[in-house]
Amino acid sequence: MWNRDRWQEMFYALRKNKLRTTLSGFTLAMGIFIFVLLFGFGNGLKNSFEQFFLDDSTNTVWLYPGQTEKPYRGFKAKRRIIFRNDDLVDIQQNFPFFIDYITPRISRGALVKRGKESNNYTVRGVAPGHQYAEKTIISNGRYINDADVNDETKYACIGRLVEKDLFGNKSAIGEQIDVGGVSFKVVGVFTDEGGDNEERLIYIPYTTRQRLEKSNDRVDQIIVAFRPELGHAGALALEKKLNDFMRKKHNIAPNDRSGIYVRNVAADLKESQQFASVLQLIVTFVGLGTLLAGIIGISNIMVFVVKERTKELGIRKAIGATPNSVIGMILHESVFITTIAGYVGLLAGVGTLALIGDSLEEFFIINPYISTSTAVAATITLILFGAIAGYIPARRAAKIKPIIALRDE
Amino acid sequence: MIEINELHKSYSIGQNTLHVLKGINFEVAAGEMVAIMGSSGSGKSTLLNILGMLDNADSGTYTLDKNIIKELDETKAAIYRNKFLGFVFQSFNLISYKTALENVMLPLYYQKVARKERQERAQKFLEQLGLGPWATHHPNELSGGQIQRVAIARALVSEPKVLLADEPTGALDSKTSYELMDVLQTINDKGITLLIVTHEEDIANMCKRIVHLKDGVIVEDKKVKQVRASSYVE
Repeated sequence: MWNRDRWQEMFYALRKNKLRTTLSGFTLAMGIFIFVLLFGFGNGLKNSFEQFFLDDSTNTVWLYPGQTEKPYRGFKAKRRIIFRNDDLVDIQQNFPFFIDYITPRISRGALVKRGKESNNYTVRGVAPGHQYAEKTIISNGRYINDADVNDETKYACIGRLVEKDLFGNKSAIGEQIDVGGVSFKVVGVFTDEGGDNEERLIYIPYTTRQRLEKSNDRVDQIIVAFRPELGHAGALALEKKLNDFMRKKHNIAPNDRSGIYVRNVAADLKESQQFASVLQLIVTFVGLGTLLAGIIGISNIMVFVVKERTKELGIRKAIGATPNSVIGMILHESVFITTIAGYVGLLAGVGTLALIGDSLEEFFIINPYISTSTAVAATITLILFGAIAGYIPARRAAKIKPIIALRDE
Repeated sequence: MIEINELHKSYSIGQNTLHVLKGINFEVAAGEMVAIMGSSGSGKSTLLNILGMLDNADSGTYTLDKNIIKELDETKAAIYRNKFLGFVFQSFNLISYKTALENVMLPLYYQKVARKERQERAQKFLEQLGLGPWATHHPNELSGGQIQRVAIARALVSEPKVLLADEPTGALDSKTSYELMDVLQTINDKGITLLIVTHEEDIANMCKRIVHLKDGVIVEDKKVKQVRASSYVE
């Protein structure tokens, strides 16, 4: 392997057969390049699914009021269900051992002003637990607390981009903002991993929102966080019990699928993870197929290379090349081409993935990447099969009688 | 130097068997220059290929420099070809992508001679054959006679005991043929045994002995008065 003469012979042969060398290398490099790209995209899709759940707590059950479809206990069909504050209390009282926290959410759009700056934002009336449900990260000040809810304060916790829009580079803490004609004091600024839209929100106490809306006690949604120790099965059981409880309380027919909608993030996450796993499996399968195509490509190339050089091998044998030196020469060449081309393909693939970055986010491919171990394993596999692909025709060539090889045209 | 007894060789073509060599008995002493003649299909090239260990006989014995060739495996045969034998083919058989010098260096590569020494020895042989200025040229940049002389230099560079030439003048004009024979006679004068397959009478007469083959058997084996090729070369 480290014979200097053999290296020189090999480089000479490669240099003198540039087209053949380039084409062989290109085929191999493309094989690894496509494999890396496919694998990277697969991981990008997986990332996309994971990111979807990243900014929400996974131990939550979300309850949404809807419209009934069936009449029940004297109530007509098409009745709009309304959640109220007493629903929050009832859930807490009936499921005390399973619930970590509970929060309502009341969402409204509002024109928000500060001095000459103004913009439209979604303003959410929430309880303190909402911070955990949405995984809101406080970067300055504080979130809405129990005292704010009890005292119906006009305090607001604003998103990083709201602060940037209205205050520029200045801090908003302690400053007043006009939310739909009502002045609120900014007590906190937050960030969110869910992206820009999640940072263009304003949180206020839900009781303050209710007071502003003629002192009603309606809530848009209820978010119930269960204790993580319940596990997946426990979460599914709690989801069913909560659904049954709320349906009974709001007089909805048990067989009416409308009226209340329930979303269990834990169940959604599990389904999504299963989907992502299947997706990963498909991508791996396609990737392996590409790799296999590359291996078949090398085999074909090496058969062609040996065939093309049959006469040359005959000449070499006639002047003293032993079978082992013939095998060694071809093997050396094939492993060298495979290694260099594989490495180039690997670098090109990893480089392209890095260049793509998050630019395909709209196609659900976020941060496509391939792990070093997978990339190296794929390249080594290709080199190994490159060696085998070279060895088989090389051994055959070494066995040909010199006179037969010399007659080859 | 060379001794063959009851050498037989057949080729199968479909269901037919072509018996090419039918019990050849033959001895060549060191320093001889032998022409093997015969019409097409007489078996002369087949005999030369077997003597050069490029092909195997079906039966019979072949002894080269007291070594029984049939008992050699392919690796040992390659080493023997490299050390004992030199080949000159009608179709030259140079490696097209190598220069004249690199082609001549090649047998020494398989002897694991250091690169610098390979280069020096190859250059020396090329210069002896009048090809010094053409050393860095590729075969397609040389004339037929020059290519054949490169092939001779390659055959001689490993200092073989026997030089085997299969129709070495077959692709050359008469003037170049005589020049080449002059080179081969000079080589023989230095003690190297030469076996030349030819169907040209005048070329055969430049050897010291002529063996006639007909239908796979030797029909005539005679010593002749060697005609010096130099008398034809201006």
